[in-house]
Amino acid sequence: MIMPHFKTKLFALAVPFALITGVVLQAQTALKVGERFPELGKFKFEGNLPAAMKGKIVLVDFWASWCGPCAESFPAMEALQLKYKDHLVILAVSVDTKPSALEKFLKKHPVSFAIVRDAEHKLVEAVGAEAMPTSFLLDGEGVVQFTHSGFNGEKTKKQYIEEIESLLKSKP
Amino acid sequence: MKISRFKLMASAALILTSGCANVKPWQRETLADYTMRADRNPIRLSQMQHIWFSREAANGGGGVGGGGCGCN
Repeated sequence: MIMPHFKTKLFALAVPFALITGVVLQAQTALKVGERFPELGKFKFEGNLPAAMKGKIVLVDFWASWCGPCAESFPAMEALQLKYKDHLVILAVSVDTKPSALEKFLKKHPVSFAIVRDAEHKLVEAVGAEAMPTSFLLDGEGVVQFTHSGFNGEKTKKQYIEEIESLLKSKP
Repeated sequence: MKISRFKLMASAALILTSGCANVKPWQRETLADYTMRADRNPIRLSQMQHIWFSREAANGGGGVGGGGCGCN
């Protein structure tokens, strides 16, 4: 007589468990330090990729025009590009759905580094960006050495400089 | 323990058709839109604050940090 109640209780517990599991299963893991960044040539972008990336430190930044911290990060990244112009390549990958929004943003925040649009969201999905902006600092071999989630002004800029300096020191 | 086929199918359906979904960071454009802001209409905001104050004898605490996109 106890068993049917037990089964009902078990099923009642299984329902929220199934719902939670459903959400967890949808979650994606982000690219981690030590992993190779996906080959950019395999993805379709609007805009041109930087010509000379091989052997250089690459900062791949995922951003969107509707994201406030992304707008803050642009002047900082521009400063980094100018400071390390011979060693660093910055590739800013926009996840905007409308090209017009991207263009409007770039008029307001002009930069000299490369901008492409991942219109189909294939690359951002492949790397599993956890926030906007998310950036990956790659060594000359295309291996992720540092990751950043979000942008916290001077603090993040300082971290970028320290990380780039450490990569430059370890460069053969 | 024998689980009926119905319960098994119901559990699978719950997992697959779960109403909760993760909005991925790059899909938050709509959430970040101005029209999603609770304080976009100052008249409505003051009305709501008045109602809140009258009902709860409390004020403030309705602000949200950031632009609503969940950035940072």
